[in-house]
Amino acid sequence: MMPMGVILFPSVHFALRAEKLVKAKGISHKLIPVPRHLSSDCGVCLRIPWEKREEVLGFLAQAGVKVDSSHPLPER
Amino acid sequence: MEKKIIYFDNAATSYPKPEEVAQAMVHFSREIGASPGRSGHRLAIEAGRVVFEAREKISQLFGVKDSSRVVFGLNATEGINQGLQGLLRPGDHVITSSMEHNSVMRPLRAMEKEGLEVTVLPCTTEGLLDPLDVRKASRKNTKMVVLNHASNVVGTLQPLAEIGKVCRRQGVLFFVDAAQSAGAVPIDMEREMIDLLAFTGHKALFGPQGTGGLILGERVDEKDLVPMKRGGTGSRSEMEEQPDFLPDLCESGTPNTVGLAGLLAGLDFVLKEGVERIQEHERGLTDRLLRGLLETPGVAVYGLRDARKQLATVSFNLQGVAPSEVGLRLDEEYGILCRVGLHCSPSSHRTLGTFPEGTVRFSMSYLNRPAEMDRALQAVGELARKEA
Repeated sequence: MMPMGVILFPSVHFALRAEKLVKAKGISHKLIPVPRHLSSDCGVCLRIPWEKREEVLGFLAQAGVKVDSSHPLPER
Repeated sequence: MEKKIIYFDNAATSYPKPEEVAQAMVHFSREIGASPGRSGHRLAIEAGRVVFEAREKISQLFGVKDSSRVVFGLNATEGINQGLQGLLRPGDHVITSSMEHNSVMRPLRAMEKEGLEVTVLPCTTEGLLDPLDVRKASRKNTKMVVLNHASNVVGTLQPLAEIGKVCRRQGVLFFVDAAQSAGAVPIDMEREMIDLLAFTGHKALFGPQGTGGLILGERVDEKDLVPMKRGGTGSRSEMEEQPDFLPDLCESGTPNTVGLAGLLAGLDFVLKEGVERIQEHERGLTDRLLRGLLETPGVAVYGLRDARKQLATVSFNLQGVAPSEVGLRLDEEYGILCRVGLHCSPSSHRTLGTFPEGTVRFSMSYLNRPAEMDRALQAVGELARKEA
């Protein structure tokens, strides 16, 4: 399976903006609960194919979407 | 025979709402229901999308680039209180007009007792503020000009862009109360140089009661903004301090998501119809009513009496009859529902010369029809003749 990763945001508002943007770019994605090993936050994060990380972080920054951090997910 | 009612109290709250609004609220209650921004399951995310989309549509409507600066609350009053109490401190000077609603006047009067300096600029007897007066009233410590865009009593529209320009030049924040105008008149925060805009969801945006908020322009530094309440936001849960970013800074506790689902449908309706078209229709209704009232003997009409310079809100009195009596008879004998008295704005009525009796107010929406104006004019004409 393709290696996946997640992008964390300061609030759900930015996660939803990010979702809208990746959707428009046709990149496969899913909003999922933030994995416990990454943060104790009760919010959501955006899961994307890890190879798309640079591209996604690039256009999110351009659109003014505030990002906390990004992490590869352990392969299942 | 029971006559069909005519609802002319849209300045208090719009009714009826487009059918989609109720449908969206039922859909949310049945199919989504979860708390937005809390939990990561699919329904919580779906609820989050509803709130997010409502924020995006508000931004689209008022020319806001960053929708995170739209803060939702109960109504315009909450937005106004957040903006005033969140930014003004003792020793600051604030300028306002004599046409304000109590939602601005009461917080300012309370803060005045704590050391805020307040200047209330008199308006003309039609309710207009002179932008030059704003410039003349500015002082070194002036922090903000707060102004009702459109009078809730007579519909008079203030020259926002001109006053915005004065504020920008003087380096003060321009705070607009758009409770009456949002959705009925085109507003662009950038074009009119507005720094804070308070709006309500349940009037010309056709949402349900319990929706509204505040938009913070880019010149407002959120680090200066004290939130009116603090609590759970679903973000930064590890911290015991309030998040310092918008909108979470000002949005604590579970929001009125079912209401925001309705507001989103109302916003879709307004955007689909187009604010220009809405304004044109309302101008037609207002013009029809004004012409008829001005031709009716024994009727005094207040304000600018010009459909192009006001909202679809018209105040009048019948000679020798108390407004409360007119209101009661319109309801009982003609099925016309309006609002009489002081409309939560004693200062406006002092300006118009109608204090303390007040006026009879007809306030229309995009969903009223010309035939209703004609029926109302006939009713007012009959009442005036009976009293003459």
